[in-house]
Amino acid sequence: MKVDSILNGTVIDHIEAGKGMTLFKLLELGKLECPVAIIKNVPSKKMGKKDIIKIDGDVPIDFDVIGYVDPAATINIIKGGVLIEKRNCCLPEQLKNVVYCKNPRCITSVEQEIDHIFKLTDRENKVYRCIYCETKAN
Amino acid sequence: MRSLIDILDLSVSEIEELIATACDIIDNPQKYSEKCKGKKLATLFFEPSTRTRLSFEAAMYELGGNVIGFSESNSSSAAKGESVSDTAKTISCYADIIAMRHPKEGAPYVASKSASIPVINAGDGGHNHPTQTLADLLTIHREKGRFNNLTIGFCGDLKFGRTVHSLINAMSRYSGIKVVLISPNELKLPSYVKKDVLDRNNIPYTETESLEEAMPELDILYMTRVQRERFFNEEDYLRLKDSYILDMDKLTNARGDLSIMHPLPRVNEISVAVDDDPRACYFKQVLNGKYMRMALILKLLEEAKK
Repeated sequence: MKVDSILNGTVIDHIEAGKGMTLFKLLELGKLECPVAIIKNVPSKKMGKKDIIKIDGDVPIDFDVIGYVDPAATINIIKGGVLIEKRNCCLPEQLKNVVYCKNPRCITSVEQEIDHIFKLTDRENKVYRCIYCETKAN
Repeated sequence: MRSLIDILDLSVSEIEELIATACDIIDNPQKYSEKCKGKKLATLFFEPSTRTRLSFEAAMYELGGNVIGFSESNSSSAAKGESVSDTAKTISCYADIIAMRHPKEGAPYVASKSASIPVINAGDGGHNHPTQTLADLLTIHREKGRFNNLTIGFCGDLKFGRTVHSLINAMSRYSGIKVVLISPNELKLPSYVKKDVLDRNNIPYTETESLEEAMPELDILYMTRVQRERFFNEEDYLRLKDSYILDMDKLTNARGDLSIMHPLPRVNEISVAVDDDPRACYFKQVLNGKYMRMALILKLLEEAKK
């Protein structure tokens, strides 16, 4: 399977197989006007298989979302067809409006204007908790 | 602006400082009778609470200050759909300090982010109730004379009991603490409190459904009420509400120096006959709560000046 290389944009590589669609949704890539390719189950020597996302457009990407979904993913920034920056991801300390609190007792359940903010409370086990009610993110 | 949302917002030394102030207020009330002259406390109670609201109000009056506020959300702008954030900004124009109770968890935190005056969390749903914890700590200080080397039994609703979560958090910072968790299976302490507080601080704990079995080893027994307002399902409430009732028979095997605490109000979980036992401390807790709230109001207003 062949997908053209991109001129200006971002390639999210080494995504754990199966997490590509989650990233696609959380990054709201479906709303972009530019070409976006999601390639699933690509054979990989290191990972067995992986997902890749290619965004052919100079659009802002929330790296925290990528770090949250798959901290092992890599980000390649392409300008003029040349790789100008390669980034590794890590778990972000805080997530803003990425995941939403589902606790019906939380203030966010009744006040729509409040940002849903989760803080990393346990890096080892990748646990995020709502800053308002301490409910664990699912 | 310094607020008090969670008991852990206060360091151990700040808690000691508040206890020292509260003890000084107890010994020298006259010295403090005009400390808050010209200051206003706004009690924003979006959920009914006789005890906590009146405690805050009594505290402010005894400091020579004044009180404004409301005691239920129906009589506030919340009934018109105003956000907590806007209410906090508005009240900041009228008062010097806010005490807020709200049925939704995190509401006082939201208020503290918008207010330009200190906000005290007076209880947010089943989440936190730091000033009750301050009352509990002063009670432990006065009854036991120490915070370390104590075995504390928490009994009743440990799932939704915010006072339990806050006190466990506060006590986790002292050495030699052992915890006994006494509850029906459905109302057990949430696993995140066990993991993030007890395990993380290497505090040994046991879980049991039997109050009688746990009783002999306890220095402190912290009873709680099964709260109707925390249940979405009335059937569950009715099934669990009478899980534990402390009476004189159950105290047969208790230590002579046991301290029986309860954040109140009680329904029937402590028999009235226990009130006359010298080990009963729950009404002393109420009084201690007022002194600690006085100390806290003084501290936050002092810091707000800076």
